[in-house]
Amino acid sequence: MRAKTNAGIFLEPERYELRAAAPYRFDLDRRDFFKFLGAGVVVVSVLKPAIVAQESGGGRQRRGESLPQQIDAWLHIGENGKVTVYTGKVEVGQNIRTSLSQAVAEELHIPINRIEMVMGDTQLTPFDMGTFGSRTTPTMNPQLRKAAAATREILIGLAASQWKTDQQQLVASDGRIVDPKSNRSIEYAALLKGQQITQSISADQPLIPATEWKVAGQPALKVDGRDFVTGKHRYPSDQKLQNMLYGKVLRQPSFNATLVSADTKTAEQMGATVVLDGNFVGVAAPSTQAAEAAIAAIHAEWKSEPQISNKELFDFLRKDAPQGKDPSGDGDHYETGSVDQAMSSADHRLQQSYTVSYIAHVPLEPRAALANWDGDQLTVWTGTQRPFGVRGQLVEAFHIPEEKVRVLMPDTGSGYGGKHTGETAIEAARLARAAKRPVKVVWTREEEFSWAYFRPAGVIDVMSGVRSDGTITAWEFHNYNSGSAGIRTYYDVPNQHIVFHEVHSPLRQGSYRALAATANHFARESHMDELAHVLKMDSLEFRLKNLKNERLRAVFEAAAKQFGWGKSKSPGQGFGMGGGYEKLGNIATFAEVNVDSKSGDVRVMRVVSAFECGAIVNPDNLRNQIEGSNVQGLGGALFEAIEFENGKILNGRLSQYRVPRFSDLPALETVMPDDRPCAGDRERDL
Amino acid sequence: MSTIHLAINDKSYSVDTDPKTSLLTVLREHLDLTGSKYGCGEGQCGACTVLIDGKAQRSCITRVGSVAGKQITTIEGLAKGDRLHPVQQAFLDEDAMQCAYCTSGMIMSAVALLQKNPGPDEKEIIDFMDGNVCRCGTYPRIVRAIQRAAKAQAPAVAKGVSR
Ligand code: FES
Ligand code: FES
Repeated sequence: MRAKTNAGIFLEPERYELRAAAPYRFDLDRRDFFKFLGAGVVVVSVLKPAIVAQESGGGRQRRGESLPQQIDAWLHIGENGKVTVYTGKVEVGQNIRTSLSQAVAEELHIPINRIEMVMGDTQLTPFDMGTFGSRTTPTMNPQLRKAAAATREILIGLAASQWKTDQQQLVASDGRIVDPKSNRSIEYAALLKGQQITQSISADQPLIPATEWKVAGQPALKVDGRDFVTGKHRYPSDQKLQNMLYGKVLRQPSFNATLVSADTKTAEQMGATVVLDGNFVGVAAPSTQAAEAAIAAIHAEWKSEPQISNKELFDFLRKDAPQGKDPSGDGDHYETGSVDQAMSSADHRLQQSYTVSYIAHVPLEPRAALANWDGDQLTVWTGTQRPFGVRGQLVEAFHIPEEKVRVLMPDTGSGYGGKHTGETAIEAARLARAAKRPVKVVWTREEEFSWAYFRPAGVIDVMSGVRSDGTITAWEFHNYNSGSAGIRTYYDVPNQHIVFHEVHSPLRQGSYRALAATANHFARESHMDELAHVLKMDSLEFRLKNLKNERLRAVFEAAAKQFGWGKSKSPGQGFGMGGGYEKLGNIATFAEVNVDSKSGDVRVMRVVSAFECGAIVNPDNLRNQIEGSNVQGLGGALFEAIEFENGKILNGRLSQYRVPRFSDLPALETVMPDDRPCAGDRERDL
Repeated sequence: MSTIHLAINDKSYSVDTDPKTSLLTVLREHLDLTGSKYGCGEGQCGACTVLIDGKAQRSCITRVGSVAGKQITTIEGLAKGDRLHPVQQAFLDEDAMQCAYCTSGMIMSAVALLQKNPGPDEKEIIDFMDGNVCRCGTYPRIVRAIQRAAKAQAPAVAKGVSR
């Protein structure tokens, strides 16, 4: 096995999310499909519906062919009327199990509890790149709506031919097809007996308009909420198989250390299975305690290199960056007009630097995996946002064909962009292969802090020029390492030079919730406040003067109104605002902070967010998510920061790394200018 | 190794283990009661909260030897048959969860709080619950759920009926 487990897997911010879709090799033909699923109707959702429709002549109810290749989800309704949806997306607390069910229930006119969602199982569900905070998730909702709508039309068609009537006059209602003229009705199940119909959705599949939504667009409680409040749900770390052993890995004393020698005799004498393979030293034993004891009995020598600390970090990032107009060479670079000229003719100039530290995701459930080999067939249950990505890592680590690996993802204790990788899957599988028994590996909190990856740290240098009337004329913006998402300014500035500098990060880093753009928003909005201060202008007025985008103006104005912008401050009190286009849509946030005059501690007292994001499938859930990210954002803004030195994390436990708690909670207010609005094609699903 | 007798959710168990083993490990590994969660192992997150003689305790830092013979309640023992405990019901009704990994610990802490103080105000809730972390940031809803449970329990308490 290659030593891929620790520093080997290099991930970065959202721009590094896998862009290329791995080809999905789908070799079931439709007969196999029905053998597996039972008779009924299967509607497949295709990544590029238009192309497939062209190739297949756009015909519906195709019989006898094999299915298209680029499938991203499918929906089956069986002879018993039961609906099963298969998607490679996974549930990490963003509640898509519920909101996707809602979308299907809406189009199919059935209660939400008649739908089963099979998610993130590489053997049963179509290929999926992963469940990120980016655009990949929002696309799944309309796809499934279309699949459900197409299924409804097939059912209407079946009823029409059975009754020999015009299908135009038939409607679907509460699990039945109804003919309002003759008052006849028939259950879906009765129409499906012995049927084997497949169809792929077409791009122009008509949907129920958002204004007529009954289920979608309404708050819906978590579909399987009862399993969570009773402790019944089995998270990845709760999985168990008969005969299972518990695995532990001997960690390097510092990042990138190499193993010189290891004496494992005592551990073996204790009865543990010990694996020594490259840089990997691990054990499997009948209990966690026995595994820990075996690890403690191993004497290993490592070779370490000196490494930088967080104190030198920001200088390092600036110095290490390649220079030039488009230094990363991938177009994360934007230039218009002439910044130099505009700077020299500006009335005021301002130059500032902003820094952000590495931040840990701290998913409350640490990484966990249970692996089992059945001959050369490997099955792994693990908590990851990319089950297919983890399958790829296993294929690579063990040099086995993809068909031999199955990865399943039980609904997991959160990710926030922090669980894209398969460390525990590889560790558990390696140990299980040696032990010839199932092995579970659950990381401790300390392991999670040190051996997962971080939200990127960064330095942002901003230089700007303004006219005395408040017009921004020049804007130069350099981001070193923290990511290019949200790097462009949405204020109207004629002369701009914006660059993202990719740096070799001293710590392993990756994406962070939908907030990878946070650093850029933070720098831009802080600079806007400072500019307003230089100009002695009200900072809202200053922003609006330089902002043409109507939708953003609307959220700024809505948030300002709700916040009561313009009211007077008491001593120690401060008001601030920020806005931008986030993954959720346009958003503006106003905050009221208090600074303790003695301790200097900053406390956020009140946060008002206004956002608009088209038709919302589950507004209550969206509110929950927005509130949650505001609470999480507090940590990064006020006190979360990873300290490190010489390849070691210095504050890698919850007693040393403060995360937001109940007592940090500000008053949170959210306003949505349009709860039930406009175009259905812009619907977003978190 | 010794044999330790435990009373969990009105059932008795005996476990052969080192008395220094954490109660959380015994619950999860020996008894397969996985509703109590591991989040930090050092009493900092509350995900492992159980009731010991009615008081909320962090099972990750509780030695199993120290709770022999005491009444232990875990999330699995809260509902009576199909009927959820009012706190469980309130968490469902307020949708006070995202990934829900913190939920069982939150519910156990809240049950202990309401037993001690059936009508807590917001500040009392925040003070009592501050040792429970929700990384998803669902705090506002959890506060509302506890308030809702307090209201739901109020008539029962007034009539002197315990659950
Ligand atoms: S696991 Fe016990 S308090 Fe965190
Ligand atoms: S809901 Fe995810 S940690 Fe609380």
